[in-house]
Amino acid sequence: MRHIISLLMENEAGALSRVAGLFSARAYNIESLTVAPTEDATLSRMTIVTIGSEDVIEQITKQLNKLVDVIKVMDLTEGRHIERELMLVKVKAVGLGREEMKRTADIFRGRIIDVTDSTYTIELTGTGSKLDAFLEAIDPAFIIETVRTGASGIGRGERSLKV
Amino acid sequence: MIFSQFMEATGAEIVVRCLAEEGVEFVFGYPGGAVLNIYDEIFKQNKFKHVLVRHEQAAVHAADAYARSTGRVGVALVTSGPGVTNAVTGIATAYMDSVPIVVVTGQVPTPAIGLDAFQEVDTVGITRPCVKHNFLVKDVKDLAATMKKAFIIAATGRPGPVVVDVPKDVTAHLTEFVYPATVEMRSYNPVVKGHSGQLKRAVQMLLEAKRPMIYAGGGVVLGDASAQLVELTRLLGFPITNTLMGLGGYPATDRQNLGMLGMHGTYEANMAMQHCDVLLAVGARFDDRVIGNPEHFAREQRRIIHIDVDPSSISKRVKVDVPIVGDVQNVLTEMLSLLKLAKEKPDAAALNAWWTQIELWRSKNCLNYNRNSPIIKPQYVVEKLWEVTKGDAFVTSDVGQHQMWAAQYYKFDKPRRWINSGGLGTMGVGLPYAMGVQLAHPDAQVACITGESSIQMCIQELSTCKQYRIPIKVVTLNNRYMGMVRQWQEFFYGSRYAESYMESLPDFVKLAEAYGHVGMRIDKPEDVEAALKEAFSPALKERLVFMDFQTDQTENVFPMVEGGKGLSEMILAEEL
Repeated sequence: MRHIISLLMENEAGALSRVAGLFSARAYNIESLTVAPTEDATLSRMTIVTIGSEDVIEQITKQLNKLVDVIKVMDLTEGRHIERELMLVKVKAVGLGREEMKRTADIFRGRIIDVTDSTYTIELTGTGSKLDAFLEAIDPAFIIETVRTGASGIGRGERSLKV
Repeated sequence: MIFSQFMEATGAEIVVRCLAEEGVEFVFGYPGGAVLNIYDEIFKQNKFKHVLVRHEQAAVHAADAYARSTGRVGVALVTSGPGVTNAVTGIATAYMDSVPIVVVTGQVPTPAIGLDAFQEVDTVGITRPCVKHNFLVKDVKDLAATMKKAFIIAATGRPGPVVVDVPKDVTAHLTEFVYPATVEMRSYNPVVKGHSGQLKRAVQMLLEAKRPMIYAGGGVVLGDASAQLVELTRLLGFPITNTLMGLGGYPATDRQNLGMLGMHGTYEANMAMQHCDVLLAVGARFDDRVIGNPEHFAREQRRIIHIDVDPSSISKRVKVDVPIVGDVQNVLTEMLSLLKLAKEKPDAAALNAWWTQIELWRSKNCLNYNRNSPIIKPQYVVEKLWEVTKGDAFVTSDVGQHQMWAAQYYKFDKPRRWINSGGLGTMGVGLPYAMGVQLAHPDAQVACITGESSIQMCIQELSTCKQYRIPIKVVTLNNRYMGMVRQWQEFFYGSRYAESYMESLPDFVKLAEAYGHVGMRIDKPEDVEAALKEAFSPALKERLVFMDFQTDQTENVFPMVEGGKGLSEMILAEEL
């Protein structure tokens, strides 16, 4: 099962490597990992997307909690949550394909944020599967470059992760 | 506060003062460029004693054994680069067995970090997977608080090693020194008290048991919960087994104790483990050397109660029914008071039937061996050591067959008496372990049970023992083989003894004498007891005695559960 684990940790040097090291040392999967300081600069918020059986996920959350720098851990997928990922795609935009590319981007509520006479750079946000769907919708031959942030997540409603 | 709050101090002075404030008795270490400022401060003080080892690995092992045998935090001090890499084996050893130590490491000056400076290594990076936590102190203002945190983290919750990496320029910088009484860490709050609902469920389950079993691990020793465990076990009248790390947590000579369990556990302990209907696991972690194949273990229906201070140890390899996270001593105390209040009593008839079954298993006498052998049997040496020391010695061991024989035949009745590397299985720990133990307990009898292969991995420490007059008794079970490797090769590799024969062994008697100690070589079974008595006699009380027992080369450790096999699928000596 795919799980989105959110955590708050001390914004210390090496904090990221403690988490990344834990995953590699114990052979857990990481599909994506994003990290940035929060509004409180002493805290880092991390979102980890991982895949594993319920037993493995239980171990992952316990092992993360055990890291001395980790303050709180939450498995977002255990409750209602919102997941978003940002993707930037640079595509060829020439001839007839130029207009078609614009229309496809519109359908997916993408924004074109950089234009040359032969390329578009499209910004898209959504769940990982929406971004996958966009890439499937366009001809792979037109894709020059993609960059994705990995998922960020937050609980719905009252559900929150804070110190 | 012993020291003036308004006096400026260098980073080096601060390190030394923090150690003094923590009441550290011994610092095991080895100087080098990056820690010269710290050593200069050590030279000027008399609060603690520095013990100069001959290799940094031994410094950490000795600090580790000091901690295991006293319950206090052990301290080691090493220089940057190779000092750290040498220390890593010691740190990983302490980590696997959850031993509280603080290792202060020198680092190149902060401006040089990352520039491949002389004797630079990424200490925080290299030690990260084998420490409970580590710190790189970049600002001298953070040093005292970091030292305090290191001691708190090492000693509380599930204990473990903490590394504090201090760059050389930080040891020279000045700041006001204040040693905080404590430091709050919002991200670090180990659970102490067990969940009361779970405790009630556990007690109910214990009282309903028909075939109960208690399985107690190293957590009982580390958590100083031996007295509570003994009271609980006697109150319930249940059988109990200790893991390798838990030996001494419950007296080995007590009838309720079925001995050690696991790969080389007793027949009765392993059978009772497999066939019990309620299992109380206390400070143990169901590891692969203890329960064998988890699928095989799960074939028998049983309910499991698991007490551990570390939530990640619970339901890691074996699913449990009642998890209780908390300090083992605290939880057992709570459990005892609930049991005493309970109206029900354990089912006496069922318990009687269970004990009858257990006594049948016990009657196999699985630790029997040939006592009439004309060649010295290693088991015999350990048995005699137990007799000669009246079962009251501190015993350290290295890793291999001799370790298992020590665990099987030396009956530990007290906790913190058995010091060995259970988790990492580090050959070479025995001698430095014995140093740490003997320094902590100067009047105690300390024996190091070792093999001719293991002892050579840290043999240079015989020199340290001479310098500090550490009167360890080294009991070498010399079978001219890496015995456990040989045993596996005999069983599983068609007796192809690839590289497990120890050729060109030194004359250990002369070697011991060259280091200024007493050496003895014992060839015949009839000389074993006399040699041990002499070694532990008042005449040699102040001397290190190195006993080289020439033991049977073909002896194997039994019972044995093969890797991947179930706990009840033991190979017994008589079956071969």
